This record gives sequence, structure tokens and C-alpha cells, in this order.
Amino acid sequence: MCRTVDLHQAVLAKNDERALALRAELAARGTTAVNLLSSPGSGKTALLELLLERCAAEGLPAAAVTADLATENDAERLARSGAPVRQILTDGLCHLEAGMLRRHLTEGGWLPEDTAVLWVENVGNLVCPASYDLGETLRVVLASVTEGEDKPLKYPTAFGLANAVVITKTDIAEAVEFDRDGFLRNLRQVNPDVPVLETSARTGRGTAELLEFVRRTRDGRCPVHRPALAAEHEPLLHHRHEDDDHPHGHAHPHPHGVPAA
Amino acid sequence: MHELSIAVAAISQIEEAAERHGADRVAVVRLRIGELSGVVPEALRFSFGIAAEATRLAGARLEIETVEGRARCPVCGREAPTGVPPALWCAPCGAARDVLSGRELEIARVELDDTPVSEDAGASDATGATGVTGATRKVNPADLTRKANHVPHR
Repeated sequence: MCRTVDLHQAVLAKNDERALALRAELAARGTTAVNLLSSPGSGKTALLELLLERCAAEGLPAAAVTADLATENDAERLARSGAPVRQILTDGLCHLEAGMLRRHLTEGGWLPEDTAVLWVENVGNLVCPASYDLGETLRVVLASVTEGEDKPLKYPTAFGLANAVVITKTDIAEAVEFDRDGFLRNLRQVNPDVPVLETSARTGRGTAELLEFVRRTRDGRCPVHRPALAAEHEPLLHHRHEDDDHPHGHAHPHPHGVPAA
Repeated sequence: MHELSIAVAAISQIEEAAERHGADRVAVVRLRIGELSGVVPEALRFSFGIAAEATRLAGARLEIETVEGRARCPVCGREAPTGVPPALWCAPCGAARDVLSGRELEIARVELDDTPVSEDAGASDATGATGVTGATRKVNPADLTRKANHVPHR
């Protein structure tokens, strides 16, 4: 005999619950978490090196977590800034999950209490990490000028859910004939009105602006951009129930009262 | 290829639900996958088959309902499919369109099999090589009373 049970649970409900809890924990201690997402080789680590140096220079307590499938090379590079850096080896897993991040932050009380900005360098991958909320304040998606102007269309989930987009390696934009207007047009299609910052780790262009952007977000001077694609996302995430006791409510979009951060 | 992680997350939740309902076996799983969810149904199907082995979901039929991406412009009110990649910019109005659907990644429902198969399976699998049917049967009487409340969705 078979019986049907309506579940209506978000598949990633557990990750989303952990992310919510971590977001609350970080907010309570005054830490702003920035989740950096990009394809491999787009310059996350190089940019982060500069950002950490700038944080140190400005007296802004920062820490970084860097995730890779293997090797501790990135952590060694980032540690030169003097900021606390922790390497997460995912051992083949293509993305970070909220529980995994939390374990690394809390293990042995690793994350210093006074951390103002926590940079999270996700696994270099534009597909899988996009589905996982890490409890970050800002999700920043990077694309280098060498990647082509259609990148946002090829990876709409990643770019569509970004709170900000950073174009990297702009010092070679001309040499590689980067179609800036085309990129921005494509980006607007999947994520209208998302803030865009242009950087070069080689010349240092845009890194001060990027850090200032994070600071303004942190201080509440700059509201976090809410991606159009995220609108329908949230109502489904944050509760799980079976229909034993509840009427169905999922067919209707919920009012968007939840701030993105 | 995070579909394996997605499959494992779904199976874990469904196993918990089956446990709560005192069922040893799940016969059918129905997922709703939005075309803007970033999950590839074929990859998920493949992963699901592997991840379900040695669980209560082993051999379960996986039904995937694809949910179309739809959006509406708050200015002109025009509602239309988003397409993939989604077109979320209403050019004539110069406004972001509100996404109405397409981001779903949801376990819609499951069919729990209460047929006492474990005895039969034990007999036909005397070697015990697979170890798939090892779960002990325990039915919580409270769960049985809930059956009456299960009505088809919508």
C-alpha cells in the first residue's frame, strides 16, 4: 500500500537554515562576510591580496578564508598581508556550503572576535557555488576581461544572484578587445541594476573603490542590491513543512519584505 | 556538477520524512525544478540513482516537474516567460522584471510504500549481499492517523 505525503521542502533547506544562522551569528559580532565567486583564473586571489593589504593599511580588521579543491597555495599568498587566513580544502567538492564554512570559522575559535570584514574566496567555479547561500552579507561575482562579454548569459544563476559584480584585469581590456558595453548589456539582462566595479590587481585600479563599497554596505550607508532573480528565491527557502497541518501557500509569491542582508 | 550534493540533500530530507512516517521504502519522489535554479535535471537524475542506493529510496521512481521561468514588469504589467538565460530587463520601461517562478528546487511530494517488502526481500536475497533492506520496521501509530490528511496537491 502506498500513501502520498506532500512535503514542499526546499531541497537545500538545511544549507539555507545553516546560512541564516551563520548570517545572524556574524551580524551579532559585527562581521561583514563577502562571498567572492568566479571561474578559475579570473583573479580572485590577486585581487584579494590587494584588498587584504588595503584593509591592513586602513586599520580595518579583516580575515580571509580561501577554498580550493587542493593545495594551500592561495592561503600562503594571502597570508603575506598579515591577516588571518584559513585554507579550506574541499577535497574535490566543487563548492562551499554554509555548515562547512561555519565549522572552519569556529573551529578552535579561529575567526578573531573583532573581524570587521571576512572575505570568503569560494571554489573557482561559476556553476555550483551559485546555489549555496553561505550566510554572506555580499555576494560578489567576478569576471575578467579575458572571459568574454557573454559570461553573464552563460552563467545566469551566478551573475543573476550577485549583489555586486567586479570586472577584473581591466589593464589588459584593450589588448583582449573586451566588449565592455556588451558585457554590461548582458549583465543587465540577468541582473538589472547590479552595481559594477572595475578593477585591476596589476595597477591597483578600483580596489580602493571596492573596499569603500564594502565599508559603505557595512555601515548601512549603501543598501545591498537585491537581485531580481533572488526575489522568488527567498520565500521558498526559509521554512519547511509538511502539509499535515498547513494549507498550501506556495503557489503565490510572498511579499518581498525580507532585506537581502 | 553539484547535482550529486543536491541529490544527497534531497535524499537525506526524504529519509527523515519517511522515518517520521514509519515507512521503510519510498516508491516515488516528485521534485519541482525551476529552469532558473541552476540545476540540470538529467545530471540530477543520474546522481539521484547513485545516491539513493542503500537508502529507503533505493529503486524509487524519480519524477521531475520542470517549472517555467516567468516574470512580470512592474511598470507595464506584462507577464511573460523569462527564457533561459532569463531576460529580466524590460527595455521599453527601463525596469527590472519581477521573477514569479523558475527558481524552485523543491521536494514536492513522496509516495511511501507501506507494503511489508522486507520479509520477501529477505527471503529472495538469502545471501544478504546487498544489504539494502536492513532497516527495521517501526510504525508510529500517530503517523497512521495522519494518512487521512494527505490530499493531492492543488
